[in-house]
Amino acid sequence: MATDTAQPDGAGPGGEPEQLPGPRSARPAGPLPAGRAGRAPRKRGERSRAASVGLHAGLLVAACIAVFPPLWLLVTSFKPKSETFSLSFVSDFTLGNYDHVLNDTAFLTWFGNSVLIVLVTTVIGVFISSTTGYALSRFRFPGMRPLMWTLLITQMFPFAVLIVPLYNLMSRYGLLNQPVALVVTYLTIAVPFCAWMMKGFFDTVPVAIDESGRVDGLSPFGVFWRLIMPLARPGLAVTGFYTFVTAWAEVAYATAFMTGEENLTLAGGLQTFVNQHTQDWHLMTAAAVLIAVPATLVFGYAQRHLQSGLTAGSTKA
Amino acid sequence: MADAVTPPGTVPARAAEAPRGARGPRRRADAPPGRLRRRLSTYWYAWAMVAPVVAVIGVIIGWPLVRGLWLSLTDADEANVERRIGVNRIEATYEFVGLDNYLDVLRDDVFWDRLGWTVLWTVACVGITFTLGLTLATMLNRAFRGRTLYRMALILPWAIPAFVSVFAWRMLFNERNGILNGVLGNGGIDAVPWLSDPTWAKVSVIAVNVWLGVPFMLIAMLGALQSIPAEQYEAAEMDGANAWQRFTNITLPGVRPVAMTVVLLSTIWTFNMFPVIFLLTRGGPAGSTDILVTEAFRLAFVSSPRDFANSATWGVLILLLLVLFALAYRKALRKQGEVW
Repeated sequence: MATDTAQPDGAGPGGEPEQLPGPRSARPAGPLPAGRAGRAPRKRGERSRAASVGLHAGLLVAACIAVFPPLWLLVTSFKPKSETFSLSFVSDFTLGNYDHVLNDTAFLTWFGNSVLIVLVTTVIGVFISSTTGYALSRFRFPGMRPLMWTLLITQMFPFAVLIVPLYNLMSRYGLLNQPVALVVTYLTIAVPFCAWMMKGFFDTVPVAIDESGRVDGLSPFGVFWRLIMPLARPGLAVTGFYTFVTAWAEVAYATAFMTGEENLTLAGGLQTFVNQHTQDWHLMTAAAVLIAVPATLVFGYAQRHLQSGLTAGSTKA
Repeated sequence: MADAVTPPGTVPARAAEAPRGARGPRRRADAPPGRLRRRLSTYWYAWAMVAPVVAVIGVIIGWPLVRGLWLSLTDADEANVERRIGVNRIEATYEFVGLDNYLDVLRDDVFWDRLGWTVLWTVACVGITFTLGLTLATMLNRAFRGRTLYRMALILPWAIPAFVSVFAWRMLFNERNGILNGVLGNGGIDAVPWLSDPTWAKVSVIAVNVWLGVPFMLIAMLGALQSIPAEQYEAAEMDGANAWQRFTNITLPGVRPVAMTVVLLSTIWTFNMFPVIFLLTRGGPAGSTDILVTEAFRLAFVSSPRDFANSATWGVLILLLLVLFALAYRKALRKQGEVW
């Protein structure tokens, strides 16, 4: 993917501590010609053949373990019900599971519910956390320190302490089974973390830009909206991505607040395929693949920014 | 937070202290409105920008938190809370019972069992995840063919929503038909009761959580490793340090700041990790894999009748434990001279 263009330092000064700008042709397998003609001292940054083999073997095993479960899910989704648990990779290739999931279950409704909830949460969450992050980064105002502490502390809140009172409040105001209940709830998870992270990003944008904007006659909001927001796009991508992933994959609130088949989100819907009463593994795999694909695409888009975003956010904390 | 809203009630107090700074009687007269207006005109845009977040935190975190505390002091359950049936509203009839819930929970063995397992689960998950993440990051942090490919494969578990992966693992773990037991069976080994034996179930949930958690550690640690200046390694090599010495004396201290934050975050997340256990074993067999949060969820939403008061009590206790942990962690960091 684009990772290598985004951070070429994998082979550069910071990335490879043992590598000098020496000859790179003999890289993977060590010095070939030196093998028999006496032991030439190994150059810096070159590995012995054994180290190279060990490196690749270790990484290969780890990569296989990482990839296998999702891969098996994908493979199984193309098998008919009778072959679900067969050990071969392909047996009786069929698209029937997808057909059934899409046409004979409420999957598309769940998908719609999830998309609606996640999009609204992401837009609201990113917007209000970036205004807060900007204010925290640029202004010294009364109430700033308490606010920062509150943001830090609320990140640690276990959902278990909020879920029961939230449930009772939602049921009192008739919001159970309404998308807005989940949007509001997911904001509690996403906003504190995102605001903190956006502050880290805005800290990296030079204040001189704000000042020149003010000199040219922009209001503080104009500076924020027209100058700083466009510059903070990587930060927005990371926070938006975080909110998206959190909301897309949230299980506890979605299970508790949404009941009734047409109100479920994907996290609740997937549970209906395999539970005490039904064991439709073949349908579950197809639905799981359909759920995972959008999330993986969003992840693939955002992961370029992820590493810098994480370190910026974490070291600034 | 209270300041950010500028409660109007504080105006007289401010007015009283304002004249002290003012100099003649003439200015004294219009000092009170001036002070407030000056604060408003100086800070109004900052306050306006943080207002939405303050509202969110106050209304949907602060208020429920207070209500949760209150519920934990009552005997609220499914039968006596306020609810709607059709258009009819049934008023709440639960009563204040003081600290009874807390005493009951703390006297009961269940809480201590769950707490012990939760601690073990957290330590095991974070420890293994961190070790694996750092090891893989060290292996990836060099130039070789296929690096990007390995990196992409290794962060795949992060890209897929956790609940989907958990279902994938449930399929692999399936005792009669799952592929793990299928492969073991071909090798002549008896089927392992992955999810139905208390000990194996614990191993399985930890394994799945480690699988889910390694990519985050890996990416965070790669970032940390790349921030270590290469000169340090060169100097150490000149001085004759071998690979292990370079690792313990340069790499480990170098990744420490990031590692501290990441371990703290990861501990809190694992402590509160709901989906893995809830979806993989539902806390079973017989509650042996229930951590504190899944137990609290079960009390309020799975068991019948739904016991809201007790669940709220567990929630408050969980929060207290986390706060204590964070304070201790911070103190430990302070002692070692970290500024955090």
